[in-house]
Amino acid sequence: MRGRLSAIGDVLLPPLVALTAALLLGAIMLYTLGANPITGYAALLEGAFGSTNAWADTIVKATPLLLVALGICIAFRAGVINIGGEGQMILGALGATALGLAFPTAPGLVLIPLALLIGFAAGGLWGAIPGYLKARFNVNEILSTIMMNAIAIQLMNMLLRGPLIDTTQKGAARIPQTPRLPEAFDIPRLVPTRLHLGALLAIVLAIVVYYFLWRTTVGYRIRAVGKNQYASRYAGIGVERHIVLSLLLSGAFAGLAGAVQVYGVNHFMITDGTAAGFTGSAGFNGIVVALFGQLHPLGAIPASFFFGALLVGANQLQRATQVPAALLTALNGLIVVFVVSSEIWRRRRARKRAVEKIEISQDDASTTKVIA
Amino acid sequence: MLEDLFSATVLIGILTSGIRLATPYIYAAIGETFGQRSGVLNLGVEGIMLMGAFSGFYAVYRTENVWLGLLFAIIVGGLMGLATAFISVTLQAEQGISGIGVYLFGLGMSDLLFQKLITQVETVSGFPEVAIPLLSNIPVIGDIFFNHNILVYGAYVLAFLAWFFFKKTTVGMSIIAVGENPAAADTLGVSVSVVRYFTVTLGGVLSGIAGASLSIALLNVFQQNLTNGIGFIAVALVYFGGWRPLWVLAGSLLFSMVNSLQIWVQVMDIPISPDVAVMLPYILTIIVLVLSAGRVRAPSALTKPYERSG
Repeated sequence: MRGRLSAIGDVLLPPLVALTAALLLGAIMLYTLGANPITGYAALLEGAFGSTNAWADTIVKATPLLLVALGICIAFRAGVINIGGEGQMILGALGATALGLAFPTAPGLVLIPLALLIGFAAGGLWGAIPGYLKARFNVNEILSTIMMNAIAIQLMNMLLRGPLIDTTQKGAARIPQTPRLPEAFDIPRLVPTRLHLGALLAIVLAIVVYYFLWRTTVGYRIRAVGKNQYASRYAGIGVERHIVLSLLLSGAFAGLAGAVQVYGVNHFMITDGTAAGFTGSAGFNGIVVALFGQLHPLGAIPASFFFGALLVGANQLQRATQVPAALLTALNGLIVVFVVSSEIWRRRRARKRAVEKIEISQDDASTTKVIA
Repeated sequence: MLEDLFSATVLIGILTSGIRLATPYIYAAIGETFGQRSGVLNLGVEGIMLMGAFSGFYAVYRTENVWLGLLFAIIVGGLMGLATAFISVTLQAEQGISGIGVYLFGLGMSDLLFQKLITQVETVSGFPEVAIPLLSNIPVIGDIFFNHNILVYGAYVLAFLAWFFFKKTTVGMSIIAVGENPAAADTLGVSVSVVRYFTVTLGGVLSGIAGASLSIALLNVFQQNLTNGIGFIAVALVYFGGWRPLWVLAGSLLFSMVNSLQIWVQVMDIPISPDVAVMLPYILTIIVLVLSAGRVRAPSALTKPYERSG
């Protein structure tokens, strides 16, 4: 019993300690910048949960975070680090948007699922490329996914300035944006809030990913590759194949996040030349969410909700205290650092327990001997 | 129109700005080389650069003293490097992920301070161009190489110093030993932690300078996300250059030359989509990573925390 309790503690402690430390540091920063930390955090909570609309916005904001985080869980479980969420989201959004613009008269019931599927596939493709490069040429995936982000941004700029541009705009200087997708393609939402069905989809997929990773052979192999490549190879698991697959799936979930963002929230695409202009940095924040959820798909659900609240509340915090919402980006960074740093205590405790266990069994053995 | 691109003035222009624009890449990538050679991957370079760029800019904005700006960037970069060393060496955190945390922290923090302390995009007068006597009078060569600000010269000097350091000094070789076989280095009395703290902090200092080279020497402005990915590319350039300072320098130059060419293509209104042109350096980096991945071996202990056994 004590063992199980401390195991639960091992899971919950690092994120909670990290969160407390980050919020404390945030309070110090607020104070240093001349704002009352209590007012600040109260405004943040108010902004995130103060009304039905605020709740809806929080969940809407959490949706792409959760989807990206699911992909991150798969990649990290395979021991592969995917920093390419931003680019993969963009690709998914571009694919889905292009489909919708190409078939404006199609029935929504057919087109929406198809568009999400295209987004899933396009993101998957963008993730599979670094996966292949890693498996085949041993190219570091951290670097290649970062490069793929930069390429995706330019691809978006190019398509939104060219083939996908809204041609009804008047004047010579046209804004790089697509026309609005037909309203028939809007993911159904809970009027009058912005809450759309994509959120439900994300939660269902979290359960699917959990099932996939822990209840299927392929999922088991992916985790085995992440735990120990050499042992996996020895056991006959195709390590390369599973690395490509994990990055493909990781990218696919980010791509789906991009597609859901367009069909559920934006309904068109516009570029300001940066990735964050479209993604709102969900490709990076999804990593924070996944880590905070202990790389567990079900843990990612509350984690995404929590970070969605932080992001939505940040604007209210800015209005109430005049401290820029960028504070939250800085705090997210600190949370990542704290979560991965606190792993050391978990490792130490696990080791200590293992040593104790050996000592106990040795004691048992010697007692038995004495009795005999 | 393609003939225009290859006229003498344009070629000189491309080469000159290529030499200039390589500066932040060189500082950051050489700094990263130190850390990686000792076995620590610092993926937070981009965040440290942003903080360095901001603090340097802010100091110059307030005091109009560029040297004070540089000093500020060095201190802030060094502190962030020290923090990174603590996270990676003492707390043994997973380096590929903790670096993303440092990046997000630097991205948010520099933006926060910028909005709070400066509020809008301002310019400062940064490091002036210093023409090197005699050498700058050589036609063509003088323009390309010897008419830059001091931080540009410094970057190239640094690359050669780093080469000398790893090749000829005991400390340099100890660093390599720690990155290749920390246990053996430890047995010989080299403190793995001290070496890694030193290299990562130095890397932070150089990243700080890299950021400042943008904000108070090349562009003389600060804005949100000023570095726009340069720090990440610097990490790639270290792999690209196979952890050897002069090859890292060559990689930085190649990258910035392609970048500079790309900017000129846009300026000259040559009918290549600017978006495709901007893509080229990144595609090139991936190709070079593919080509170099099989041939050059990374330091054996890269990303592996060291713990004495027993």
